[in-house]
Amino acid sequence: MDFRSDTKRRASNATQWALPVLIIAVWQALSVAGVVPPRVLPAPSAVIAAGWRLTLSGELPRNMWVSLCRALMGLAIGGGLGFALGLTNGLSRRAENISDSTVQMVRNIPHLALIPLVILWFGIDETAKIFLVALGVFFPIYINTQHGIRTVDPQLVEMGRSYDMAAWTLFWRVLLPGALPSIFVGLRYALGVMWLTLIVAETIAASAGVGYMAMQAREFLLVDVVVLSILIYALLGKFADSIARLLERFCLAWHPAFQSAAGSGP
Amino acid sequence: MTFQPVRLESFVELEPGRGDVHPGARGLAVTIEQLRKSFAETPVLRGLDLQIRAGEFVAVVGRSGCGKSTLLRLLIGLDHQSGGQIRFGDGCNQASRSGAVRIMFQEPRLLPWASVLANVEVGLGRQRSSSDAHKQALRTLHEVGLANKRDHWPLLLSGGQKQRVALARALVSGPRLLAFDEPLGALDALTRISMRRLIERVWLDQRFTAVMVTHDVAEAVTLADRILVIENGKIALDRRVALPRPRERGSPEVAALEGRILRDFFVDADTSGGT
Repeated sequence: MDFRSDTKRRASNATQWALPVLIIAVWQALSVAGVVPPRVLPAPSAVIAAGWRLTLSGELPRNMWVSLCRALMGLAIGGGLGFALGLTNGLSRRAENISDSTVQMVRNIPHLALIPLVILWFGIDETAKIFLVALGVFFPIYINTQHGIRTVDPQLVEMGRSYDMAAWTLFWRVLLPGALPSIFVGLRYALGVMWLTLIVAETIAASAGVGYMAMQAREFLLVDVVVLSILIYALLGKFADSIARLLERFCLAWHPAFQSAAGSGP
Repeated sequence: MTFQPVRLESFVELEPGRGDVHPGARGLAVTIEQLRKSFAETPVLRGLDLQIRAGEFVAVVGRSGCGKSTLLRLLIGLDHQSGGQIRFGDGCNQASRSGAVRIMFQEPRLLPWASVLANVEVGLGRQRSSSDAHKQALRTLHEVGLANKRDHWPLLLSGGQKQRVALARALVSGPRLLAFDEPLGALDALTRISMRRLIERVWLDQRFTAVMVTHDVAEAVTLADRILVIENGKIALDRRVALPRPRERGSPEVAALEGRILRDFFVDADTSGGT
């Protein structure tokens, strides 16, 4: 990495943050000028103060931790199942015949429509929220994994077969890497669904978590904490997406889309 | 089937029994008997008989759809014949399992997510985990002149370089029969020349049996010991080429032989209502 592209990268990082910073500055200015009353939208400084207060009291870290655990558990369960079924149906026509049309039917039910049913089944404890998140992330990961496996270049598969690759080697060296770009699209989409589901689930029925914190604050008219909760969701979402991107960059280093001009090899 | 009488010429040897020209050859002899292949009731190969001697360089030409690629795919076991037999050298008919039969495709078909060296290692098949696999792959990569690209992604290579990596992958297991499916088809003119020389060099060096499918008669004349023309699912011409190597594509002898084959098989058929 030479100096020039390094500065370029830093510059592009800075550009990325320019707009959010500008929005916050305008927002602060409007609040200070009294254009936006604090009961409608508190100033960013007030939100930051609320964040600091709740961090000191331990309330914010605790609720964030609870939300994060729920999100990751749901992602692990739903994503794991979706990935496994996507692989199975991508690799085997017979398996696809058996289960694909059923999955496609269920997929068309908005998973949030199941909330009343889920509350009846599991009550309002952790299981209900993890179940909803798992259900939400299952479909994007399933569809993209299956699609990825199916669209691996058939010429490469034929090459693998003609070079005596065992079934396992063929999967590990040809099919899975070939499907990976599509799988990552599924993962990033699933992360969006994951936070969305969690927000809804936590606002409806919870006794801890960022959503619960927001709902409680509403009862006491603490607008700054409500806004803080919303911002925290935004940050958590951005954080998860950044991790997925990093992972993508690492796993798909060979891909033309991730090729820097200077980088040349694995 | 139209059988063309073969004319006697000073540089064409007619008799197939010219002794073993490649002493110490480790190539695999191939015997094909009454080979048939149909796709959805449409016969492509209709009882083809062919003997290929160990270490021979055979070029198969014919117009597209004549079944030349099908023959190649059957030979390396990518498809199964509808009838007839393919036997390799010492009587075994599943030689491909041990890396003895390899193919080089028209497209490089490199794994974009594996380094150049790892792509060559793919050619070792199930011996990839053996202790000197790495060394062997590197040696072969050196042979095609790309050892300095060992750690690169295939996407960063030029078309000719990719095809050389594909050649290294085909060679690394030390095949006894190497099938080429128009390996120069997608290359530009200059790259073609160097690739053709490279193929000839490794063949002279390693003495495997080479079967090359091509639509380019001049290519066939410059490289092959023997040219086969397939028409109507059978071999319509089987001619030996005894020109000294290396042959130049533009030389009068090569041009004369190319002209003769083209005239006999392709121009005639066209004027009499062919494709």
